[in-house]
Amino acid sequence: MLTNIIEQLLNGLRTGSIYALIALGYTMVYGIAKMINFAHGDIIMVGAYALYVAIINMQLPAIPAVLLTCVTCAVLGVVIEKVAYKPLRKAPPLAVLITAIGVSYFLQSASLLIFGATPIPFKSIINVPAVKLGSVTVSGLTIVTLIVTTVCMIALTLFINKTKAGSAMRAVSEDKGAASLMGINVNRTISMTFAIGSFLAAVAGILYICQYQSLRPTLGALPGIKAFVAAVLGGIGSVPGAMIGGILLGIIESISKAYISTELADAIVFGVLVVVLLVKPSGLMGKNSTEKV
Amino acid sequence: MALLEVNGLGISFGGLRAVDDFTINIEKGMLYGLIGPNGAGKTTVFNMLTGVYRPNNGTIKLDGENLVGKSPAQICQTGVARTFQNIRLFKKMTVLDNVKVALHNETKYSLWTSMFRLPGYFKKEKEMDQRALDILAVFGLEGQAQVMASNLPYGQQRKLEIARALATNPKLLLLDEPAAGMNPNETAELMETIKLVRDKFDVTILLIEHDMKLVAGICEYLTVLNFGTELASGTPDVVLHDPAVVTAYLGE
Repeated sequence: MLTNIIEQLLNGLRTGSIYALIALGYTMVYGIAKMINFAHGDIIMVGAYALYVAIINMQLPAIPAVLLTCVTCAVLGVVIEKVAYKPLRKAPPLAVLITAIGVSYFLQSASLLIFGATPIPFKSIINVPAVKLGSVTVSGLTIVTLIVTTVCMIALTLFINKTKAGSAMRAVSEDKGAASLMGINVNRTISMTFAIGSFLAAVAGILYICQYQSLRPTLGALPGIKAFVAAVLGGIGSVPGAMIGGILLGIIESISKAYISTELADAIVFGVLVVVLLVKPSGLMGKNSTEKV
Repeated sequence: MALLEVNGLGISFGGLRAVDDFTINIEKGMLYGLIGPNGAGKTTVFNMLTGVYRPNNGTIKLDGENLVGKSPAQICQTGVARTFQNIRLFKKMTVLDNVKVALHNETKYSLWTSMFRLPGYFKKEKEMDQRALDILAVFGLEGQAQVMASNLPYGQQRKLEIARALATNPKLLLLDEPAAGMNPNETAELMETIKLVRDKFDVTILLIEHDMKLVAGICEYLTVLNFGTELASGTPDVVLHDPAVVTAYLGE
């Protein structure tokens, strides 16, 4: 029984840390551009296909293929921002939101045109043997996922808090006008945020595709929306909130699947969101902003 | 040649001519005051000088270099820094980080150096911390370096804004109502600080102010703005006794 619970928790931790990586992209972009980038989930899909093309069509070894995937997604993120969102910097939030949904459909349709609707099987590129800890078996994929996501999160936290580019990001997210008057290039900072967010989405996409081993043009939709829920759960705009929200969501999902009902798992996940928002509308780590009158 | 040369500056918002034919020349090292009733266009002038608004006509030159058409960030790098009428600090960052963000212009280490924590990164970070603390010390804020900016008392927040602006290493410092909301004691202290800043940082200052005591006390030269046009210019003694200025402030 205990073995089983631990294994389920590890499964949850694995899925959850993938959600957390994606949620970081949502929360960083929200923090800096004050918009929900609904195309973020589809970056995961592009990452998965990019990896497929690199490995199968270009015959690249795993490491260069992974690097190529991450660079492709980071560049795509920056291009999307420049083409679709930047002209709308001063537009009402609704226009930006609808544009983001449009970009999402564009990416899905483009990959539908290129790769077709039939799911493509894909063999995991992570071939690490499972480890037995007492009676608990930890799969190689879980180990790699946990290491990679932990490294990404620590690196991101250090980047945001300890580097000049990171402090410029924090400054822009608080007050674009004041930041630009202090000599910070706001456009470049926003581009950088999209690049980092999309880079993390690519990493998440690679880990995700190694877990599910099948490619479809809509594969980014579900992890995208779950990660969005995770970001809101943790408090949108908060970086530690996205990490905690993602991991919490993964664990709740895996425990519900194992012990309550597979069909109800998603309902329970979204139910938790509803309850948290009722009790603490700004999310777990979000700060209540009170308007001074 | 004057440090700042502004010639025939004008801007309209729709049908409203907010500033018209505004001309000033500020010599290096001067403490210059821009005064006028509410709505006269003073902050609009600041916004044009810092690139927030693009003037419809006129020229702005700093040390002979044209500023019109440049972005606020570029203008800041050319050497113009400002504070705001309503305080706009980065509230969720520490006092030290607020100043370090403004040191941004000068910090030169590559992304790779910082990512891999190369020795150059630590050296540069240490230098930056020291420079930031030196600036804070001038304002008596070094003890609060790790305090969140939003937790500082009002008077100190105003000082931190000036410290942050100075960290961009400006030639020209624009202060937008630095004494707004201060009590007479705080204002008196601020006057001393502003003089000190001018001498210690070798910077030229243009300030907007309503507090006549402060203006008369520290400014060497004044320009009065009313309904977007210049009403009078000269030394405080002359300007503050000019009948037209008195009328603009007090009515007929």
